[in-house]
Amino acid sequence: MTGPIIKLDGVHKSYGEVDVLKGIDLDIAEGEFLTLLGPSGCGKTTLLRIIAGFEEVTDGVCLISGRDMAGVPANKRPTNMVFQSYAVFPHLTVAQNVAFGLRRSKLGKAEKAAKVEEALGMVGLGGYGARAAHALSGGQRQRVALARALILEPTVLLLDEPLSALDRKLREQMQSELRRLQRQVGITFILVTHDQEEALIMSDRIAVMFGGRIAQLAPPQELYRRPRTLDVARFIGVMNVLPGEVKEKGPAGIEVRVDGLGRARIEPEQAPSGARIGTGWAGIRPETMSVLFAGEQTDRSVAEGEVAEVTYYGDMTYYDVILDGTDRPLTISMKNLIGREVLERGARTRVSWDARSIVWFGEEAV
Amino acid sequence: MRGLKLYAIGYLIFLYAPIALLPLFAFNDGTVIAFPLQGFTWKWFAGLATTPALHDAVINSLLIAVTSAILATLLGICAARANARYRFPFKTGILGFIMVPLVLPEIIVGVSLLVVIANIFSMRLSLWTVVLGHTLICMPFAIAILNSAFDNLDASLEEAAVDLGETPWNTFRLVTLPLVMPGIVSSLLISFTISLDEFIIAFFLTGAEPTMPVYIWAQLRFPQSLPIIMALGTILVALSIVLLTVAEIFRRRGLARAGVRDTGGFL
Ligand SMILES: Nc1ncnc2c1ncn2[C@@H]1O[C@H](COP(=O)(O)OP(=O)(O)OP(=O)(O)O)[C@@H](O)[C@H]1O
Ligand SMILES: [Mg+2]
Repeated sequence: MTGPIIKLDGVHKSYGEVDVLKGIDLDIAEGEFLTLLGPSGCGKTTLLRIIAGFEEVTDGVCLISGRDMAGVPANKRPTNMVFQSYAVFPHLTVAQNVAFGLRRSKLGKAEKAAKVEEALGMVGLGGYGARAAHALSGGQRQRVALARALILEPTVLLLDEPLSALDRKLREQMQSELRRLQRQVGITFILVTHDQEEALIMSDRIAVMFGGRIAQLAPPQELYRRPRTLDVARFIGVMNVLPGEVKEKGPAGIEVRVDGLGRARIEPEQAPSGARIGTGWAGIRPETMSVLFAGEQTDRSVAEGEVAEVTYYGDMTYYDVILDGTDRPLTISMKNLIGREVLERGARTRVSWDARSIVWFGEEAV
Repeated sequence: MRGLKLYAIGYLIFLYAPIALLPLFAFNDGTVIAFPLQGFTWKWFAGLATTPALHDAVINSLLIAVTSAILATLLGICAARANARYRFPFKTGILGFIMVPLVLPEIIVGVSLLVVIANIFSMRLSLWTVVLGHTLICMPFAIAILNSAFDNLDASLEEAAVDLGETPWNTFRLVTLPLVMPGIVSSLLISFTISLDEFIIAFFLTGAEPTMPVYIWAQLRFPQSLPIIMALGTILVALSIVLLTVAEIFRRRGLARAGVRDTGGFL
């Protein structure tokens, strides 16, 4: 078992008075696909640029392959970056762009050309070598930037929102292609994005950042099912948040009462370890709840309410339901199966949910 | 609307008619600059070739123009680079002051430079003192052109080069320089043209060796050499137009290469 390929320990970064990173601890394993996810301005790019060597840390250490990177300039680091603007050199051809980093290598001319062609083939641009780089489309430029970075076989590839400038279709295509490429070359990828869906699709692990701190670091499934904080819960997908109260506490979890949902048992991993008796917040995902139809039977927990809003998406319908005795609407998503009617606004309905899916957040401020 | 059109036409005639007269009299077979024209001749142009004093003046002017253009452009590159990449105290103020010679009366610049050079530093007037003055008045133009070239350069292009393993110097040589080259060429050409035509500062700062405009001015006292001056002027106007056009073409090509919209310029 080797150590982490990248180790960040108490990394702080400030620009004058402004603290941008406030203590980042992060271990990244070799061959991992890690995503830095967070809202605009939370410090994702800054963290990436610290790893790349474009910014100095104010405090803390950054180790790559066990080596302290303090004072090591970007051109001496085993990292390569794909920039948000791609930064493809407009005055060079595609092949010259891709070969740029090979300039100082001792390879022969023919070997270099073969490597360039191989790298271009890998990103689906075989035969494009002679094209002028400034005449490429956004998606092609993105691939050139990728090939140019991958050809150097970096220890870590850094990608700063590489897909945000592409249209939806191309973005989805590139997402799966990037994932495939990463598995193929086995290089550690660190991707920056503010698109939670992209993060869930692509990553081995996701580090969710808010205000210069990592709020949670977890694989996609865990992050979605058991977000640690309300911020994380609301940033990843939709989460209904309800006030509640911890009634009992034991080794097998906690017993809570949630407004509208009544009493429920919560497994230890669905709640913070230090959960205390008292008020707090509970969360439940829209897809773990159902709108019941007249006469439909269920052995799950059930409550009654009124449909406040209906949003029809074709494959899905989203209902906002106000449960009796509560005042906030709960979002419930339903698959539109054949023979299942779509309810009208204002209709009375019964709602069921899986009590195991409730997540407890403790007494965090909303 | 109609008045405006007439005004524009009148303005253009007023501006360009005298210049149009230059070639007219340069090819006119008569010593007196007056209508009616006498017939076509090449002899004034031939006369240019047989005037050694003029040759010296032209060589002086070319030397000064080339040197000033290079100096102004080199200094301009430093200023434009600093402006595009670094933040420093009083930045706007400093840049503003660099631009001032653009609007300062040249005679003021000429006189004050003369005082500084001759009286304070007790330097002898020579071609170098003219180079000094011309570099000063070319700088604002060079900086304005180069600023737009450097501003349009995406900082991540340079970072990408460093990231791919190049040293800062090689990054400058392989990425920055080629991308701002159209701006550099344009700055060289415009500075060259400005220096070549400049009279007042050259007049104050030149020693025993006159520049071409100073020589022309001196010749104006002799009516019989006027047609030769006309011929020289014709060549100069043609050359200026060609150089400024080439400079503008380079500036636009630079913008196109950087993929940005045109935001003005001198032409
Ligand atoms: N050179 C700088 N000087 C001063 N402040 C900076 C500098 N670079 C970044 N910042 C500040 O640091 C904060 C984080 O910036 P950063 O670019 O890392 O955010 P980000 O998470 O990448 O956001 P986005 O999703 O918008 O790209 C921002 O508030 C920004 O204003
Ligand atoms: Mg960013």
